[in-house]
Amino acid sequence: MSAVIQGPARSLPGGPGLRRRLRDLAAQHRSLSVLIGMAVVTVVLPAVALLPPLSSFSGLNVWIDGFTIAGIFVLLALGLNIVVGLSGLLDLGYAAFFAIGAYTYAFAASPFTGNDFPFWPMLLVGALMAATFGILLGAPTLRLRGDYLAIVTLGFGEIVPIVILNSSKYTDGPNGIGGISPPTIGDVVFPTTGNPWPFYLTMIALITLSMILIYRLQDSRLGRAWMAIREDELAAAANGVNTVTTKLLAFALGASTAGLAGVFLASKLQTVTPNLFRFDVSFTVLAMVVLGGMGNVWGVAVGAFILFMIQSVFLKQLNIFFDNVHVPILSDLDFLQYQFLLYGIALVGMMLLRPEGLFPSRRRRRELHTEEDQAFGEHGDPLGASPE
Amino acid sequence: MRIPESVATVPAQPATSTGARSSTDVLLQARGVTKRFGGLVAVRDVDLDIPKGGIVSIIGPNGAGKTTFFNVVAGIIDPTTGSVGFRGRPLITRPRRTWLEPLLWMLPAVVMILAALALGVLDRGESVISIAGIAIVGVLAATLLLAIIRPTRYTRLMERLGILRSARPNDVVAAGIGRTFQNIRLFQNMSALENVLVGMHLKLRSNLLDHLVSSPRQRRDEEAAARRAGELLALVGLGGRKDELAKNLPYGDQRRLELARALGNDPVLLLLDEPTAGMNPAETAAMTALIGRLRRDLGLTILLIEHDMRVVMGISDHILVLDHGEQISEGSPDEVRRDPKVIEAYLGTAPT
Repeated sequence: MSAVIQGPARSLPGGPGLRRRLRDLAAQHRSLSVLIGMAVVTVVLPAVALLPPLSSFSGLNVWIDGFTIAGIFVLLALGLNIVVGLSGLLDLGYAAFFAIGAYTYAFAASPFTGNDFPFWPMLLVGALMAATFGILLGAPTLRLRGDYLAIVTLGFGEIVPIVILNSSKYTDGPNGIGGISPPTIGDVVFPTTGNPWPFYLTMIALITLSMILIYRLQDSRLGRAWMAIREDELAAAANGVNTVTTKLLAFALGASTAGLAGVFLASKLQTVTPNLFRFDVSFTVLAMVVLGGMGNVWGVAVGAFILFMIQSVFLKQLNIFFDNVHVPILSDLDFLQYQFLLYGIALVGMMLLRPEGLFPSRRRRRELHTEEDQAFGEHGDPLGASPE
Repeated sequence: MRIPESVATVPAQPATSTGARSSTDVLLQARGVTKRFGGLVAVRDVDLDIPKGGIVSIIGPNGAGKTTFFNVVAGIIDPTTGSVGFRGRPLITRPRRTWLEPLLWMLPAVVMILAALALGVLDRGESVISIAGIAIVGVLAATLLLAIIRPTRYTRLMERLGILRSARPNDVVAAGIGRTFQNIRLFQNMSALENVLVGMHLKLRSNLLDHLVSSPRQRRDEEAAARRAGELLALVGLGGRKDELAKNLPYGDQRRLELARALGNDPVLLLLDEPTAGMNPAETAAMTALIGRLRRDLGLTILLIEHDMRVVMGISDHILVLDHGEQISEGSPDEVRRDPKVIEAYLGTAPT
């Protein structure tokens, strides 16, 4: 398996030999390398936020809070990567599973329903609930290919928020459910304002766990079956892969990660409304996966983080900057309103210049950058005559 | 070259003579296989017995229906009529219970309607959802009716919607039939080793939980599989190229890799669709030798489609000749070679 640990290996000095040795070492001890990588990230992010240009934007606590929310999108991107990057199934309604996870926790621990289940087991329940809906959606639709699947998932992504919106008796419709309990450890309740560290560390733990599990899946026979389906579904079936159940598992596992993210979101924001789960979430996460480098776990995580930071920090700072510095047209623009235009441009540019994503897996890079090999390796009928 | 593990699972069969074909010796038995594509009869009423350990070839001019017959045996397309038995059990018959499929389609709509009812949405006259729900159910019910009354049209509709009947080929593989494709269908962007590992999918026993906790069983499984895949690659002569992407292999090697992949699930019967297509004489000779060795060393039974008559006449025990979907001749290579109908099909009628 050629997926590479990109983060730490990249930043270290040393020749290509050292880098390759580090990479091999990381591949052999995948879980350990993820743990170390995430530990580094945990420390480095706050440190970076203390540096001059960033520290002037906002205080450390605000930054940590932002990183936590960014982590939710990283989780989402990791999950969608299973469906889109590994299995090659285009899912445009991914936010639906996010919503299902969030509302599961909202029902379980809020004054609106009167329940107060603890947060930690609900993480699992939310993931399972989302996985169930993943299978429910997948069962009839996974026989569809390509565009058709995209259309159906798009519909599902629209239906779920609308159902939530209209079932006001049970979800309080557009007002959403508020007062959701934050997580607790023993008697200590996670502070929702002020100290952002508990939520931040929880998020880091969730991402680390997800990454380790996803790496393991990717290197298993299930992961190979996913890739085989992405490459050639008929050939996969002709080699004994049950394509229906394999694709269902991809959907279910991808959805469960979104469910996890949803539960965390509900406990972090303490309120959920249907508006949080609109199509733009699905699209943003898809853009994160594509920009980060489909199929590469670290790449997708970093891509998601960068894109979220651009959206939540960079564009805002750009607005503030041009409010102060008067440039004729730019000062009148609200850059946040143009974020989807910017994503679109970025995606088109990406497809033209670097189709494998910012941080491609080694496999992906080989796929897309071996043009002269491709001329040879292109299969088909070599004689140009295809009998029958 | 011998590979130890697979020989243990597949009982080695001596190459049986074509003459002796008692019912116990027959591995695969096709009876009255017919496949119609609309008005075109691609395969009409073909019977075929494949004896254990034999090499049976299907030949015929272009468009004779060879690959169609092959795909029926491999479970990729359903026969219009007829059946295929494998090891004495019926393996492929005319598809039945297609009505289950639309029921599957209806499930989410039904769940959604029930959920809406349970949540009391419909009670309070939120009519948008209810109308949409009824419309969905209506459409699906119509699909169901269509499926019962006009199955062919339904199949066509399903095909047009891009629906694969993908559950079938893997059952065929599980029964012990491996295959290669006429136009190579490797997993292009996976390494040679990974291709073979996918081919061994059914041999690996670890489950989802094993994957997630990386259990000892999973690791043992993976190690054994990688070793075995290496052996299979060595068997077909690709021992040194296991980390190369499939698409970067030369054409002849791709064909051999596909063969190694097909051997991954320890098949009893191997279906080879033009294994030497596009190869030069040297490569063809090597492939022919390899096929002979597979039969001898692994005790495999082989069903082959081939255009190269030297290959066909050289290694086959038994030959079936198709023309325009019909079986025009059958017998040993010598019998077929002399059959006037075969000569006519290939060369046309002799001027009188």
